[in-house]
Amino acid sequence: MKNISKIIVCTGTSGISAGAEEVVRIFEDELRRRNLLDKWQVIKAGDRGLFKDVLIDIITPENGRVIYEYVKPSDVIKIIEEHIVNGIPVKKLLAGKNYKQFFKGQSRIVLSNCGEIPPENIDEYTSRGGYASLEKALKTDPLQIIDEVEKSGLRGRGGAGFLAGLKWKFCREARSDVKYVICNADEGDPGAFMDRSILEGDPHSVLEGMVIAGHAIGSQEGFIYCRAEYPQAIKRLAAAISIAIERGFLGDNILNTGWSFEVSIVKGAGAFVCGEETALMSSIEGRRGMPKIRPPYPAQKGLWEKPTLINNVETFANIRHIIQKGSDWFASIGTEKSKGTKVFALAGKVKNTGLVEIPMGTTIHDIIYNLGGGPAKRKVPLKAVQMGGPSGGCLPSSLFDIPVDYEAISQKGAIIGSGGMIVMDAKTCMVDIAKFFLEFTASESCGKCLPCRVGLKRMTEVLHEITEGRGKDEHIDFLQEMGSTIKNASLCGLGNTAPNPVLSTLKYFLDEYHAHIRERRCPAGVCTNLINFEIRPDKCTKCGKCYKACLSGAVEWKKGAHAMINKDKCIKCKACLEACDYMAIG
Amino acid sequence: MVELAKIIDRYRNKKGIVIPLLQDVQELYGYVPKDAVFIIAREFSLHPVDIFGILSFYSQFYTAPRGENTVRVCLGTACHVMGSKQILNFFMEKLVVKEGETSKDGVFTLERVVCLGCCGMAPVVTINDDFYGRCDIKKAGEILQSYGKTGDNK
Repeated sequence: MKNISKIIVCTGTSGISAGAEEVVRIFEDELRRRNLLDKWQVIKAGDRGLFKDVLIDIITPENGRVIYEYVKPSDVIKIIEEHIVNGIPVKKLLAGKNYKQFFKGQSRIVLSNCGEIPPENIDEYTSRGGYASLEKALKTDPLQIIDEVEKSGLRGRGGAGFLAGLKWKFCREARSDVKYVICNADEGDPGAFMDRSILEGDPHSVLEGMVIAGHAIGSQEGFIYCRAEYPQAIKRLAAAISIAIERGFLGDNILNTGWSFEVSIVKGAGAFVCGEETALMSSIEGRRGMPKIRPPYPAQKGLWEKPTLINNVETFANIRHIIQKGSDWFASIGTEKSKGTKVFALAGKVKNTGLVEIPMGTTIHDIIYNLGGGPAKRKVPLKAVQMGGPSGGCLPSSLFDIPVDYEAISQKGAIIGSGGMIVMDAKTCMVDIAKFFLEFTASESCGKCLPCRVGLKRMTEVLHEITEGRGKDEHIDFLQEMGSTIKNASLCGLGNTAPNPVLSTLKYFLDEYHAHIRERRCPAGVCTNLINFEIRPDKCTKCGKCYKACLSGAVEWKKGAHAMINKDKCIKCKACLEACDYMAIG
Repeated sequence: MVELAKIIDRYRNKKGIVIPLLQDVQELYGYVPKDAVFIIAREFSLHPVDIFGILSFYSQFYTAPRGENTVRVCLGTACHVMGSKQILNFFMEKLVVKEGETSKDGVFTLERVVCLGCCGMAPVVTINDDFYGRCDIKKAGEILQSYGKTGDNK
């Protein structure tokens, strides 16, 4: 079996949408037809975290790994004939500079298996060191495991950044006959998708972390609360659980040690607030997902009033590496107070979008420009980065030099949060972004606390006034005052952080608010009511892109002349503004 | 009704059952019918209002029948920044529906969803379980056409 060559096809959500399943099918059919299946193995791997449609690796003992990107089903025959039969890679389809740039700066620990192994195949997982940590942990005293996790400095990857080891310790110390372990896979922050990729690409790593946690705190039952928007992740988790039980890594009498630990999947039903730990537990108990007052913390009184350890997917996925390589190794990565690596979901107006795993302490600039390859449109400069989803904030490009570190980022008004990193350029309106997040949190507020329920709504209304051209100067004071009231007077993390997108944009982009209010102008060309839909001759380069983009025939243009917009035909769809690289439409 | 009774039997004597039970009921009917709520309430000695409270709290429960196909436009952060609002507007205009509504011919239900977790291919539209990445208005039109039906109400 050693000499077998491999064809790895990434079949994450993005790969599948671009036809990865079809690619796999054609590979298998063609190889069978040519009697090559004994020498070639086709592997369906999970998501590698880079959105280049269908990614394929061809690994041979002679040539090592050759990577293709944007492979279409129609390219497969060509790859087989030229590369697999004749040994000459298809140059046109080889992964380019961007691919290498994207992966070069990463140190993939948590994501090391994602996009490399078939997620359902437990043998591949164990052959790469999987479940070895569990074996080691089961032979180790639970207190020692907790000590190890604590010394590693691992902090919760779900948002708040609480020391994982400390949480484990509290749970261990809590006295109860029954304890629970919960994996929070309710990745609700719009713009974060690392948990989905881990669950889809390497589900066993999460299970392994949970069983180790169960052993450490003395729990025999675990739950994975996964959002229903991730059907693929749920499917792969379920498959992973049953095979792990079959092999004795999960269920009764794990690895013949007499220790038992069961895991069940709980499917969410669509509520952002359920990412908050107390709300999540209410939801598992079968009620509306409303948060509760803390203390008592879940470690003392959690699910069904029993001590409960609740950690995020990425946190659990880190555990096996800490147990295997030791806390010193983990603590050697990162900054003084933020250890290890963090996975960020890089998206928005940046060239390479996808998951990047980098050591804590890397600067935002490095992530966006080195790994991300800089602005998506060369001519439109970057303006800001939004970090931490609806609980986070927008940092202006002048702060791109700060390192990603829990404290450094929160000092500036954003948070690392779950790791969403949305890049924004000159064509993104910061007032509109603030409105976007507020609309989201206002509609997702569970309604328990008045400041959050009503206050967010009032703030959203004011932001609507501003973006629709009815803004007043006093609106800014109102937003600031209401924002700080909501932060101080709400019970859970949703209300405590929901005003952050407004407060951080007020702090760094006040001029844009002023432009909307005082000049009735949206500098980024996003707020429809404040756009005249006129071509600015001083900026127009006569390129005709707006003409090609317009579907209603409102743009008039001839080669070599400025474009014109016929207002009678214009439906204000903004397709022209999207297309224009020079911001010549205002 | 037999099917419903079977689902109910599966959940007897268990705890934390209401949400998965309702999910199964929705799987069966495509939505959660009012009558089913009363039956479940009676069988588990719950008050119907508690079940209705759960149905209205979670966005993935539906209390009315839905179209043959569900069009979801992602309005997560990345998709929003990449202009997905225009795509939602396009679908609303084309299908003559508002968010959450079903076209008159019953072919499409239009929904907004906040983040499908594939932000790298923003803006994203899904129809049923199929994902379409890097959408614009042109592509959105083509997708609708590929379903063979325009969803027009005329």
